[in-house]
Amino acid sequence: MVTLQFVPYNEIETLTSLGRIRKLLNIAKQDKIVLLQGRLKKEEETELIRATMEEINSEFKGIELAVINPQSSDGSGITKFKQDLFSMILGDRQGMTIIGPANVVKSIKKDPNKIELYTTEKRKKN
Amino acid sequence: MKFLKSLYQKFLKDVLKGKHDVKLGLYGPPNSGKTTLANTLCKDWLGEEMGTVSSLPHETREINIKEQITIKSKDGQELLFNLVDTPGIATKIDYEDFLKSGMSEGKAKKRAREATKGVIEAIKWLDEMDTVLVVLDATEDPYSQVNVTILGNLQARKIPVLVVANKIDLKRASMKKIQSAFPQYDVVGISARYSKNMDDFYKALFKLMK
Repeated sequence: MVTLQFVPYNEIETLTSLGRIRKLLNIAKQDKIVLLQGRLKKEEETELIRATMEEINSEFKGIELAVINPQSSDGSGITKFKQDLFSMILGDRQGMTIIGPANVVKSIKKDPNKIELYTTEKRKKN
Repeated sequence: MKFLKSLYQKFLKDVLKGKHDVKLGLYGPPNSGKTTLANTLCKDWLGEEMGTVSSLPHETREINIKEQITIKSKDGQELLFNLVDTPGIATKIDYEDFLKSGMSEGKAKKRAREATKGVIEAIKWLDEMDTVLVVLDATEDPYSQVNVTILGNLQARKIPVLVVANKIDLKRASMKKIQSAFPQYDVVGISARYSKNMDDFYKALFKLMK
């Protein structure tokens, strides 16, 4: 069974960068896939990778990470104006971040139009 | 007083950077060919290699620096920099993956531990770089979040970037995919292993660093 945990942006909005990363990583370490409304700052993404590396052991193998950004590639005229306006109003609330524990999620494939999430087969312990 | 001190330190750093200490970083996911490119570059201009390469991921697990490399263009221009080869950035490292290559459990666990430290070091060094070559394997999916995160961080730090699409000698390689994934960056396609298209690479490097 795969568990998905939705985290609304307002749950992390007031946290410090470190607090955000700890909260998300703690959920992932419980073998749950995190669906975060919005996205982390770029610096927070690298901080998440750094923190993940510090926690890797024989039980926790790391994470799979994907950020879906709603910005379309057509950046002209009214479309661009609308996108910029939404970005200004919504900020980091736009889009979605998926953080899957590597024990559960084998890979996340992303292209501009779709996202595919492959889960791992549970290893049998002797 | 504090302001004057920080201004002086910035001035000093800029002067030193400008004259002696320009750091050109090699960043990218594991096994994209960063060390192979570093070796080709060093062989071309210093006559010696920089590090060991392997088909196994995470062969480079420490920061390697080759100081004072000077490269020359056909019209007589020169570039002087320190080349910084970094471990590949990954979001997961499983020692069991190394077991598949016949490595003992002890060695595999040690390699995984070193690899995690290497990723941490590579991230720490981001702030030290003046210019970065993001080396991607042209046969792999360019939309991986690691690639996006590295490029986003370099952009946030206002560090000039050249995207190097490596392994273009392979049939599955697609320069177009990389160009369409990152249209805001200059992309140069090379095969570091076979020194293919290195003239275009050096031209792009001069354009980036001058």
